[in-house]
Amino acid sequence: MTAYALRRLLGAIPTLLVIVTLSFFMMRLAPGGPFDSQRRLPPEIERNIESAYQLDRPIYEQYAGYLARLAHGDLGPSYKNKDFTVSQLIEKGLPVSIKLGLSAIALALILGVGLGVVAALRQNRLSDHALMSLAMVGITVPTFVVGPILTLIFGVYGLRLFGFDLTLPVGGWNGGAVKNMVLPVIVLALPQIAVIARLVRGSMIEALHANHVRTARAKGLPERVIVARHALQPALLPLASYLGPAIAQLVTGSLIVEQIFGLPGIGRYFVLAAINRDYTLVLGVVIFYAGFIILLNLLADLLYAALDPRVSFRA
Amino acid sequence: MMAAGMTAEASGLMKRAQNVRGRSLWVDAWRRLLRNRAAVASIVILAAIALVAIVAPWLSPYAYDAVDYNQISCAPAWWPGSTLCHAGPGHWLGTDSIGRDLFVRILYGARVSLAVGLVATLVSLVIGVAYGAAAGYLGGRIDSVMMRLVDILYSLPFIFFVIILMVVFHRNFYLLFIAIGAVEWLTMARIVRGQTLSIKQKEFIEAARASGVGGLGIVLRHVVPNVIGPVIVYVTLTIPAVILSESFLSFLGLGIQEPLTSWGVLIADGTNQMETAPWLLIFPAAFMAITLFCFNFIGDGLRDALDPKDR
Repeated sequence: MTAYALRRLLGAIPTLLVIVTLSFFMMRLAPGGPFDSQRRLPPEIERNIESAYQLDRPIYEQYAGYLARLAHGDLGPSYKNKDFTVSQLIEKGLPVSIKLGLSAIALALILGVGLGVVAALRQNRLSDHALMSLAMVGITVPTFVVGPILTLIFGVYGLRLFGFDLTLPVGGWNGGAVKNMVLPVIVLALPQIAVIARLVRGSMIEALHANHVRTARAKGLPERVIVARHALQPALLPLASYLGPAIAQLVTGSLIVEQIFGLPGIGRYFVLAAINRDYTLVLGVVIFYAGFIILLNLLADLLYAALDPRVSFRA
Repeated sequence: MMAAGMTAEASGLMKRAQNVRGRSLWVDAWRRLLRNRAAVASIVILAAIALVAIVAPWLSPYAYDAVDYNQISCAPAWWPGSTLCHAGPGHWLGTDSIGRDLFVRILYGARVSLAVGLVATLVSLVIGVAYGAAAGYLGGRIDSVMMRLVDILYSLPFIFFVIILMVVFHRNFYLLFIAIGAVEWLTMARIVRGQTLSIKQKEFIEAARASGVGGLGIVLRHVVPNVIGPVIVYVTLTIPAVILSESFLSFLGLGIQEPLTSWGVLIADGTNQMETAPWLLIFPAAFMAITLFCFNFIGDGLRDALDPKDR
């Protein structure tokens, strides 16, 4: 298993290299540099700035320099946020994004599996159809529609239920207060809840019709044991292989959610950097995301293989 | 000797069989699709939206970029809630923050979204089918190298590449179409390659080769027409994905630029003003959600109609 993990990690290096190279040269193709502004700078100042950021060297030298620094984990300085390096900015945003992402995936797993099992146990009944229609809504309606509309309902109009004030803040991080987290996490998790519920429902129905479940019934085991032990466990397997894509989607979703709710995560830095043409920051975040996703995909694969004895690492 | 052994009953059957017209796969699929009420309703609604989006802006007295500073963020005349002002009678869905007619802008957004959906999907279709068919038909080492490249590209959320492209090329309208299409072809290539691998083994390919058809001819005339079924299903699922990508970028401010508009831009604008002017958010969001639903139902319907397993 260690050998497999190592080989996969080594295999990720060319992938990362392709991504770095593609992104780097695409960025350098850009007409207009990061220091173009309305007011033209005196030429000597412009030259000084360019040489400070090594933009006056030939492009292959810049590329080699970037790779060399990248190998040491240095993503370079941010062009637009003076006094900050790209790594510092990522470090600053990371706790927010991680907290958001982890809460969302936890919520998605709990609710998704729960709803999927309920729907499977009530297959083709009204509650099943209702849940699956809701899941369709969750999958189809994009995050940037759900987010603002939920904010409108819970944030702007406010909701009073049984005397409780359910009004939630419209945005802001507020040091990660629970109240501020509720809406972003729900919005981020919603599509994943829907996908996971559909996935679990499908595999749960299949598991409930499997031979070993019939045997368990014939033995006279109580229904709750059959569902929880004999049906649910194999039904959860496909979930492990969905975790990889789910994480990639969470990363993309966090761009939107951090934007809507004004949260100071990596996604927000990335979007601002893209709009302001802060090349190094955009490049740095893309590389960071790519490495992150590759790593998590590997973990998801290892988890899958650990859970399913039929999968071997010697493939 | 056939006629000699044939009973009267059998010859009658033969006669009737000659009068029966065969149903092709497509006729069959079409009938099954028409039986799917959700799919048919979706086709009708989509056609209506597309038609209105094409025609209505010409009929409306308001241009999509006509500014009216006397009607800033005005609710439609029938809006029930309390608002600062109500828009004039021609503004069915109110006006935006600089007094432009929201209905016309939504329809312009629909034009952009549908155009992006169709063009980018076409781009992805051409690349994906060509790439997949080539990889599948050539096979062997070429195939594994080509598919390895697809795997590599898969491991990155493609949206970042589009964002980089949009950053680099200044949010160019046409580039957006091509960029989105150029990253959506991966799944298409995989589907086509898989189909090609199995079709390649069939006897009719062997027959074509025996009668002297070249490699390109086989791929174009015999392989591609036979992968159309799964490809069509995937196309109807790609269109909403593309529309979503475009709106995603536009929402972030990296897609369509003012004064042109798209649903993503409108929703972003609406989000900024939802506290004072919620209709600016609700109406574009509703149009977008309905369109995406329709595409998904059509895709599901087509899959059921074309998939022989469920027959």
